[in-house]
This record gives sequence, structure tokens and C-alpha cells, in this order.
Amino acid sequence: MAGNAWRSAVSRVVGAFKNATPQSRTFTRGMQTVTLIPGDGIGPEISVAVMKIFEAAKAPIQWEERNVTAIKGPGGKWMIPPDAKESMDKNKIGLKGPLKTPIAAGHPSMNLLLRKTFDLYANVRPCVSIEGYKTPYTDVNLVTIRENTEGEYSGIEHVIVDGVVQSIKLITEQASQRIAEYAFEYARNNQRASVTAVHKANIMRMSDGLFLRKCREAAEKHRDVKFTEMYLDTVCLNMVQDPTQFDVLVMPNLYGDILSDLCAGLIGGLGVTPSGNIGANGVAIFESVHGTAPDIAGKDMANPTALLLSAVMMLRHMGLHGHAKKIEAACFDTIRDEKVRTKDLGGNSKCSEFTDAICQRVRDMN
Amino acid sequence: MDIAPIRWEERNVTAIKGPGGRWMIPPDAKESMDRSKIGLKGPLKTPIAAGHPSMNLLLRKTFDLYANVRPCISIEGYKTPYTDVNLVTIRENTEGEYSGIEHVIVDGVVQSIKLITENASRRIAEYAFEYARNNQRSSVTAVHKANIMRMSDGLFLRKCREVAENYKDVKFTEMYLDTVCLNMVQDPTQFDVLVMPNLYGDILSDLCAGLIGGLGVTPSGNIGANGVAIFESVHGTAPDIAGMDLANPTALLLSAVMMLRHMGLHDYGNKIQTACFDTIRDKKVLTKDLGGNSKCSEFTADICRRVQDLD
Repeated sequence: MAGNAWRSAVSRVVGAFKNATPQSRTFTRGMQTVTLIPGDGIGPEISVAVMKIFEAAKAPIQWEERNVTAIKGPGGKWMIPPDAKESMDKNKIGLKGPLKTPIAAGHPSMNLLLRKTFDLYANVRPCVSIEGYKTPYTDVNLVTIRENTEGEYSGIEHVIVDGVVQSIKLITEQASQRIAEYAFEYARNNQRASVTAVHKANIMRMSDGLFLRKCREAAEKHRDVKFTEMYLDTVCLNMVQDPTQFDVLVMPNLYGDILSDLCAGLIGGLGVTPSGNIGANGVAIFESVHGTAPDIAGKDMANPTALLLSAVMMLRHMGLHGHAKKIEAACFDTIRDEKVRTKDLGGNSKCSEFTDAICQRVRDMN
Repeated sequence: MDIAPIRWEERNVTAIKGPGGRWMIPPDAKESMDRSKIGLKGPLKTPIAAGHPSMNLLLRKTFDLYANVRPCISIEGYKTPYTDVNLVTIRENTEGEYSGIEHVIVDGVVQSIKLITENASRRIAEYAFEYARNNQRSSVTAVHKANIMRMSDGLFLRKCREVAENYKDVKFTEMYLDTVCLNMVQDPTQFDVLVMPNLYGDILSDLCAGLIGGLGVTPSGNIGANGVAIFESVHGTAPDIAGMDLANPTALLLSAVMMLRHMGLHDYGNKIQTACFDTIRDKKVLTKDLGGNSKCSEFTADICRRVQDLD
């Protein structure tokens, strides 16, 4: 028994070394601790589903659960609980379920707070068509990379005179350079052939012009990745006619907000779309982007696919491609098989049944 | 034989420099539009580095074309992933993110200013509800991001709500732009008339054109002050096929149908639209971009024949 445990521990470490990419520098020493934020509503139950599946897959992940609520720190500034921050700073990698949006709670949204706390500058959504979950499109396989700190969402607005309001869009060289470089690195690390900068520099010559310039500069340093540029309206026009022409798309904040949701719609909506937020200092938080679904919370009806696929994204980010592939295949196979599916996917199975079906497939693949 | 009661007055539009050095459209074109009020326009080439603004911008400024209207209806026989699209995008076309006001704040930091005014927002909202009423549309949805841009989109939304109060016969809803896009590609049938500020309109109108097959089949109308309205195809000039009898006139034809409806000539509008859709559905005489190999003149002759048969 000890011999088997020792061998499997060694092979896990050796496997991790083999899968190691230059980015996974700290992830090659066996079990890796990840901060888990289950969230509200269906958050806890889909988190349990993910943990079960990871265990079945023998993924070398240890979960450190933390809650995230807005609290007032010294000096009256809103912040996340210190133990949550400390956990994320230590582990660097996090997985997060949906958080409820407080209405008139007097504090900013939790997502905004997390974004500011960890400087989550890139929102990344891979959109891949799921066989067995029918949409008007069958071959979507693209990634939207959205600059998430500035642009149209700077929040700077003024009343100029009565009846005239201005809203300021800020584009900086640094943020544009950072997101562009991330997009090309992502393309390289994930064997994507091209990066397309999405913009409206014909209209917003200075701001989008600056963004575009930084993308072109980053492209020069990544000649192995093809670089193209396209107007946002042209992207939308073409996206709904033939999404297969797109690969990695990088863009400023508002355009990313729109396009990432548009692309999620192409593959079936927020219930099946993974998402990752990349921050400074190596922090990365992966999350499902659907809501808390309070009407079905606690009833074993939720669909854990979005959180699971986000966790798969997380594994890939950590260089654990073998485990990622296995879990993703088990998930897609279960959906394609159409026998055990949650209600939103067109079936009438429970969340636990769907989860167990995936666990079984994962174990069969071990 | 019943002929559409339209007389055409042809004018060219190029940018010329007027007294005082300001760019303008030729005086005879302006005079013609001011007199007739209604215009139909084909594609204009965009001059690169010609030193003058785009022709479309010039036309927009000259006639204060504040509303861009695009009805998007699925065309039976022209296959896209969607079959039942039937919506209208109404885009505010004078302000918003396209004010063109930008500054370098410090080295490496640029700001771009989005302007929203009470007047422009009220005017486009009123147009949207009037349009809905005149065209028997049941609802108007304001598309916005007022959760993020509280003051600017908030002002736009407020004016829409105020106007909605005067049109209780039309249902009014509000939806975030990202939610609209997410839902649009999953089920476009849930949408009817959509009204929104400039940039969102730029995006959504092209997205919706894509749903029905692209700019080659999408009609468009621009509503201006003083009763002026210019209807136009929004595709390009296609220089590679120009003069070869290969072009598809559908977009311009459907824009002309929009024009007839705007003028109250609904019977003629319906007749011509039906003939056009029937020709496409029949699939016997289609231009290359529609999947066939007929000439423009053959496609046109087929529609003419059907129109005459409908008399």
C-alpha cells in the first residue's frame, strides 16, 4: 500500500514536471493549494461538484475555502476579508462561484472589489462549441481577451451644463501593452494560431489608436503568432455569420464586455461558459459568470458545467494539461451522451447525478 | 398597369470646398434634397487621405440625420442560422461615443469623451416610439449600460422612460447591451424595436444585419430634421464587380421599400418586397452572392415580372 502511494505520488510529481511549461514554475512540486470561493446561491453545490470530480480525476489540487464579502477596513475603505486576501496572495490561484450583487448595499460590487484588490487586468473566455448542446453554431472555437481595468469603465462622468453629460474613456499605454502582451503569450502557450485586435480606431483615433499601436508592437515580438486587426462592428457582423474565422480576440473593456457575452451566447450561454481573470503578481482567479440562481439553490438542480470548465481552464493555466483534458473530455462526453443532463441542458437529472456521471467517466479514464 | 408614383431626380454627391473653406456637398444636391425631402442613396467610396471627412458624415451633418433605422427580417430562401428574425434597430447617430473629442492627458494616457444630451436622447426616443406606432410594432427596448455609465446612459434611459409614458400603447422595456447580445444570438425572436445611443447602435445594427445574411441584403434609413429622410444600402461599392452585371440590388431595393413605407405608400412597398422575397425563395434566378449564378439584370427582370403579375 505504501509502495503504491509512494509510486503514485512520484508519478504525480514526475507527471507535473513533464507537463511543466515555463509559466508553471511554482506548480511542479506535487499538491497545489487553490483558494476556493464557493459563492452564493448555487455556488456551494456546484463547488462541491467540482471538488468531487477533481478527486475522481486525482488532480493534485488541495482546496482552501474562503468567503468573500465586503467589509469596511481601517480608514473606512471597503475591502475583502483579510483571510481571503491572505489566502489568494499565498496560493495565487483561485476558483470562484457566483456572488450575489447587493442592491443599494452602500458598497461596490464584489467583483469590482476583487478586481481592484488583485489588479485583475485580463478577463479571458474560451468559447468552444459543446457537442450535444445544440445552438445555431457547431464549430465555435475562439477566445476573447478583455482589458478589464480601464477604457469606458473608468467611471468618470460629469454634468457639463444642464442636459449635457460627458463620460470619459481612458486608454493608457501601460494597460494596452499589458493586455496585448498577455494575449500573445496566451496564444503561444495554448497553441493558438492568431490574435485579432478589435477596435474602432477609425472613429476613436487617439484612444483606440493607442490601443492598436501597442497591439502592433506586441505582435512584432511574437512573430510566430499571426496578427490581424478588425473593426468591432465588422467582427460582430462576421461573428454571427461564421464564427470559425476567429481565434484569439483582444480588445478594450467595453468591446470585451459585449463580445465576451456575444460569444458565450454562440455556445449556449453563461451556464456553460468558463472564464478566467488574470492579475498582477501571478494571481489568477477562475470563475463561472452566471448568476446565483436563488430559485434553484439547494435543490440539487444546478448545472456545474461553467464552474467545472473554469476549473479546467485553471488546470491548464497551472500546466496540468493531462488532468484538464481528462476532466473536460468526461464533461463533454456526458453532455454529448444526452442520458444524464441537468434541466437547463435539456434533461431532467439532478446536479449530483450529472456530477456522478462525469466522475464515473473520469475514473474510467484513469 | 400600376406604377409606383415616384419620379427620380439624380444627383451626385462629392465633397467640395465651399466659400470660407468648409467642406460641403454640391449645392444642387442639397437643394434637391431640401425640396424633395426624400432620398435614396447607393454606396459612396470612402476617400483615403483625401483631406475631407467621409461623405456619409457630411450628409449626416448637412441634414442632421439623427436616426439610423435598420429593419432586419429573415429572408426565406437565403439561409442563415436564424429563420425568424424580425426586429428593428434604431440608432442615435449624432452624438455619444462618436463626438470625436479626444485628448492626450499626459504621455501615454489618452481620453475620449462620450457626450449624451437630453435633446438628442429625447429626439431619438420619440422617433423610436413613433416608428413603433406607425409600423404596428408592439414593443420598444432601450439598450444601455447605465449600471456602469450611470450619468450618460442614465440620462439616455431617463428620456426613453419619459417618452414611453406618452406611448402607453407600446410596451417599453430596458436591457443591458451585453445581455442583449447574449440573448440575440440565442433567440432573436424575443426582440422587436431596439433604441440605443451611437456606438451600441453601430455594433447592434451590424450584428443584426449578420443574423439575416449580411450587408448585401439589409435595408437602412436615415431620418433627419425638417422631414428629410435618406434611405441607403450599407454595403460597399464592390469595385471588383462594378460594371459587370454581377451585383445584387436587394439591399438598395429593400431600402427603397422602406422609403415607400415611410412615404405612406404601403401597398407598393408590400408588392415590391413580396416580389423580391419570392424571387429569392424560388432560388431559380439568384445573383452570385445569394448562391446562384444569374446576372443582376436577370434577377431584376424576374422581380419585375413578379411585380407585374401581382397587379
